[in-house]
Amino acid sequence: MSDTSSTPQTPPWEHNASTIDGIISRLLSDQAKEHILALKEGQSEDGFDPFGFEPHFLRYVAPLFEWLYRSYFATEVSGLEHIPDQGSVLLISNHSGQIPIDGILIGTSALLDRSPPRMVRSMVERWVPEIPFFSWIFARAGQVVGTRENARRLLKQGACVLVFPEGVRGISKTYDQAYQLQEFGLGFMRLALETNTPIVPVAVIGGEEQMPTVLNLKKLGKIIGAPAFPVTLTWPLIGPLGALPLPVKYRLQFGEPMHFEGSEDDEDRIIRQHVEQVQQRIEDMLQQGLEQREGIFI
Amino acid sequence: MPSRRSRKKHTPRVLITGIAGNLGRAVARRLHRSTELLGIDRRPVQHMPRDINIEVVDIRRRRAEDIFRREKLDAVVHLNIMHDPRSSQQHHHDFNLGGTQKISRLCAEHNIPKLIVLSSANVYGPHPDNDQFLLEDAPLMGSQNFGGIRDLVALDMFCNTFFWRYPEIETVLLRPTHIVGRVHNAPTRYLRLDKPWMILGFDPMIQLVHVEDVVTAIELALRPGIRGIYNIAGPPPTPVSHLIERMGKKPQYYPELVARKVLQAAWRMKLSDWPAPELDHIKYVCMVDDTRARKELGYTHQHELESILFELRRPPAYTRRI
Repeated sequence: MSDTSSTPQTPPWEHNASTIDGIISRLLSDQAKEHILALKEGQSEDGFDPFGFEPHFLRYVAPLFEWLYRSYFATEVSGLEHIPDQGSVLLISNHSGQIPIDGILIGTSALLDRSPPRMVRSMVERWVPEIPFFSWIFARAGQVVGTRENARRLLKQGACVLVFPEGVRGISKTYDQAYQLQEFGLGFMRLALETNTPIVPVAVIGGEEQMPTVLNLKKLGKIIGAPAFPVTLTWPLIGPLGALPLPVKYRLQFGEPMHFEGSEDDEDRIIRQHVEQVQQRIEDMLQQGLEQREGIFI
Repeated sequence: MPSRRSRKKHTPRVLITGIAGNLGRAVARRLHRSTELLGIDRRPVQHMPRDINIEVVDIRRRRAEDIFRREKLDAVVHLNIMHDPRSSQQHHHDFNLGGTQKISRLCAEHNIPKLIVLSSANVYGPHPDNDQFLLEDAPLMGSQNFGGIRDLVALDMFCNTFFWRYPEIETVLLRPTHIVGRVHNAPTRYLRLDKPWMILGFDPMIQLVHVEDVVTAIELALRPGIRGIYNIAGPPPTPVSHLIERMGKKPQYYPELVARKVLQAAWRMKLSDWPAPELDHIKYVCMVDDTRARKELGYTHQHELESILFELRRPPAYTRRI
């Protein structure tokens, strides 16, 4: 799917640089430009893949994500070589931190710090296409509505798909449950078996401390139509500023690929055994990473 | 009735219902040399090859049955399906469901081996949680937010029952995505607008298929042994805005609330023929996976996006409604 070119290219958006594209070009690092141009995700001659992903659109979000990744969260990454250069792969990660910064950082690391770059496709909530602007921004930036058929299609076209099997249970947990993995869903394993896709476990350390949550007011969340309503020491006490994540240091560890054999139609009991192996691997990587960690912010 | 049937090789005798429409005319022009064509329509017929025997009669009338009694048909291509947003639902149901029910009964009574019905991918409906590409077994949710196509969904579901009610008939149900070209339908009219509307903050991927490619699918479906439901699509999908820009036009963006209210008011005052719920087509995806048609029918689209857009830039050749 992905390939990198050795000769530097001039991005097409610089040929006819409007004011916005001119500013963006100055904000983008050379590495980001080169890697965005090198992405080959099955896009048509118009530059869009069947899901509406437009690699060149990443220039609008890459400067912010690169700043978050390199400066604000000073992300430390290991094991990126475990993601195969091409072909389908499922990244299975723990989920934490109330807002999905972990997904952004995993995607940014595979795009910027891996050669050749891999575009990480996340599965987004089904209500995202209903929200103006987010609807097309997410699609152009390669994120796909989280239906099983969409995931299957992406894997069959050889994509690198990121899944958080804990879902909302993981991201919305309170601080007393930090780094305790919640129950994993089974869907990703059935997809992996069906499409013969390797699984790369990912351990994310740092997310739990970005918004330490005291309470989760689920009922209030339900009233406002949100999956959760976290209460932190600063949110909602001091307003929107209180919802900004703390500048913690993120550590991402990509594990060795895991291969599973069997039928995707096996009973839940058998599928769960496979899933528990992945969960155990992530748990081990988390424990090891937490022991080696010198501090939350350094 | 032309009597040029070869004695050596049997030339299939095909009846096209709704032949006076733009699509019916396109099918007739393609098939009239390779088949013996008969046509039926309640509307007067124009610009049609002369070797086609056409009866101007409403399909629901008793006189229409005579064609089945008189001719030994090999196939029926049922295109006699109206979609006029200004007509009442009762009229739609009477004409579309009543007509289709009659055709199916006549096919069964007269042992017609093949029935091809043209449905539409609109029966799936645009929804935020749609799969990016819908397969033939996806639920038909088209009328969930747009009651104006209840009859088309009901018609499609009714045709679905043929497979077990009349297993001896090879029924083919085609669900093409937005047909454009020399037709007078909503997507073609939309793309021919000088400044097509778009909803601010939404730009879904969209599939188009050229009318001649749909004719190809119908032609392929006529072969013996083909039965089932097939999605039909054309070139790779592209965002709506990109499509409009490639035609050298500038889309006009409106907030959804404004667009809906304006369309609703214009509809009520009969200033517009666009029902407001159709805005969902430029808000959410409703695209189909046509792998099955490409594998089993051997269907391939011939018209790429450039050729489709070229066609759309030309003034419409025929303006009568289907």
